[in-house]
Amino acid sequence: MKALGIDIGSRYIKGALVEKGEWIDFKRSETTFNPLEKCNEMLKEMPADRVIATGYGRHLLKVHGDVRTITEIKAFAKGARAFFPDCHTIIDIGGQDTKVIALNEQGNVWKFEMNDRCAAGTGKFLEIMAKNLDYSLEEFGSEALTARQEIQLSSMCTVFAESEVVSLTAKGVEREEIAMAIHRAVINRLASMAKRFPLREEVVFAGGCAHNPCLKKLLEQSLKRNIQVACAPEMTGALGAALFAEQHGI
Amino acid sequence: MDYTEMWRNLGLNLENHAGLLAVLSDGYKNIYLSQKGRPKAMEYFDFVISEVHGLRIKEIADAKQAGRKVVGTFCVYVPEEIVLAVDGVCIGLCAGAEVGSDEAEKFIPRNTCALIKAFMGFKLAGLCPYVELTDLIVGETTCDGKKKAYEIFQDITGKVYVMEIPNMKNEESKKLWHGEVVKFKETVEAITGKTIRVADLKKGAALVNGKRRALQRLSGLRETDPVPISGLDALLVNQISFYDDPVRFTQMTNKLCDELEERIKQGIGVAPKGARRVLISGSPMAIPNWKLHSIVEGSGAAVVGEESCVGERNFRDLLDENFSTVDEGLQKMADRYLEIDCACFTPNDERLQNIKSMTQKLHADGVIHYALQFCTPYMMEAYKVEKALGQIPFMRLETDYSMEDVGQLKTRVEAFLEMMK
Repeated sequence: MKALGIDIGSRYIKGALVEKGEWIDFKRSETTFNPLEKCNEMLKEMPADRVIATGYGRHLLKVHGDVRTITEIKAFAKGARAFFPDCHTIIDIGGQDTKVIALNEQGNVWKFEMNDRCAAGTGKFLEIMAKNLDYSLEEFGSEALTARQEIQLSSMCTVFAESEVVSLTAKGVEREEIAMAIHRAVINRLASMAKRFPLREEVVFAGGCAHNPCLKKLLEQSLKRNIQVACAPEMTGALGAALFAEQHGI
Repeated sequence: MDYTEMWRNLGLNLENHAGLLAVLSDGYKNIYLSQKGRPKAMEYFDFVISEVHGLRIKEIADAKQAGRKVVGTFCVYVPEEIVLAVDGVCIGLCAGAEVGSDEAEKFIPRNTCALIKAFMGFKLAGLCPYVELTDLIVGETTCDGKKKAYEIFQDITGKVYVMEIPNMKNEESKKLWHGEVVKFKETVEAITGKTIRVADLKKGAALVNGKRRALQRLSGLRETDPVPISGLDALLVNQISFYDDPVRFTQMTNKLCDELEERIKQGIGVAPKGARRVLISGSPMAIPNWKLHSIVEGSGAAVVGEESCVGERNFRDLLDENFSTVDEGLQKMADRYLEIDCACFTPNDERLQNIKSMTQKLHADGVIHYALQFCTPYMMEAYKVEKALGQIPFMRLETDYSMEDVGQLKTRVEAFLEMMK
């Protein structure tokens, strides 16, 4: 029996296929303006006996009647434990929200915190800022790590930060330094969210932003802990949903 | 029936008003009329909503014609008994829709809570027939936002009277508040030219207690599993209690309760037996703010109680009707109202106790703490509530009347419900 988990995020749709608890295939595509079509493609490419949808667009698959949903909070809990069996804390910077999830001994969600509605501190914020500085997302973090001097960004609001970046560039500040300041601002906000409940190890950084080495390093400094990153952190939610589908039926 | 003439005479902005009614009617259809297995007696409340700016306004306008005075209020601290003692009409003016924000923001800061923005906005955009009908608008010194907004509202309407509500519950505060109740009685007497006698006060007390008893009865019936009425419907009844005719409201609510008792006997519910039960606690949800209830119930859980001013805080305590002079009645009234556990008080441990006891009584599986954004007293108190609830699943939400965060709220609510399983 094959089970598919589809994580419909605001930026990417991720699909993970599992069989007998093992991960056998995964796919990722941009969400675009027609996510349902993208999901249908994925369902065709990775045929499965059971499907569970998660993520912001999880209710989209209701058109297929038999597709159950779980929230990304629960899916991340399941997925993170699959990567790291001792995981007790999950940190995720998603496209439009950031979250910190605390797990109990059994791996169930004990508490969680999410950012408010605005884009400040989300993956989208990083994406916009990278674009402003003419970096690709892949190089944004590693370039930031080469900054020689530390500067502060005073605003976390995407709109205000954007104009602050403009005035910093106009002042001739090096773009690596600005990039570093942007990363630091995101992590400061995330860390204050993480500190709202006791942080228990292992701490897992999940979601696509975990590929960013600068975010990981700053997070480790800020939380004074080692942070684990899976080989494919962006698949955490989809994998969790697939494993849940396999274990709990449709 | 066409009320256009009446609205024009009240000075409403007819074009905006037609837009508002269309949105309201659509929202009501989507949120309320789509619910399954509603009690038959809800038809009355559906009707009241459909006539929220129609028949009810006409009734009040007719009452005014007949010489009765109309008093608008924004807070469950304002003693309705006094208004009813002079045969006045008492109307809650709080608003729960994002209307006229741009107008309101000409006077008040952007980061003001949605409730304040809405009552300012409704008036400024020419959309509230109730405000236009009032002879007196009673404000109160609960939160900073409201008390400063009333100063501006006075400039706009010229009808505002403010009651001072203390921030503590000690002997001096009790004296101060008693003095405010007496002053309010004198003010109401002055605008009506009537003198309140003990029989008048008793009549007012009986009417308001009757309403409270009906709402208490409704609240009690929600203890059952399966729950015989949706949280949305129960919330609606509570919202309507602030502006409907009290005698008719009490009668119709009791009729609803009769039907619910019958449902309970037959084991009929609106959610399956064993559905997750949620208590919502915090800021008031003025009509037509149905946002959180519709998200929670749309996710398969049942809202079984509202620890809120539009809810339990409004009807929890009855007024002791056993008084033989006006002075004694006013003293009892002052004592009764000072029992209300609004977050503007410090300390406010009674509220923590009340939330705990409601959670037990209603067999709630978890508590969602609801605060309007920028409603500092409730936002702050969430911390103490969470601590007081200990192991009971708890989640705090901050939001306003807009729909832009519905997706995020849905994720949070669903994840919260998953945690309870």
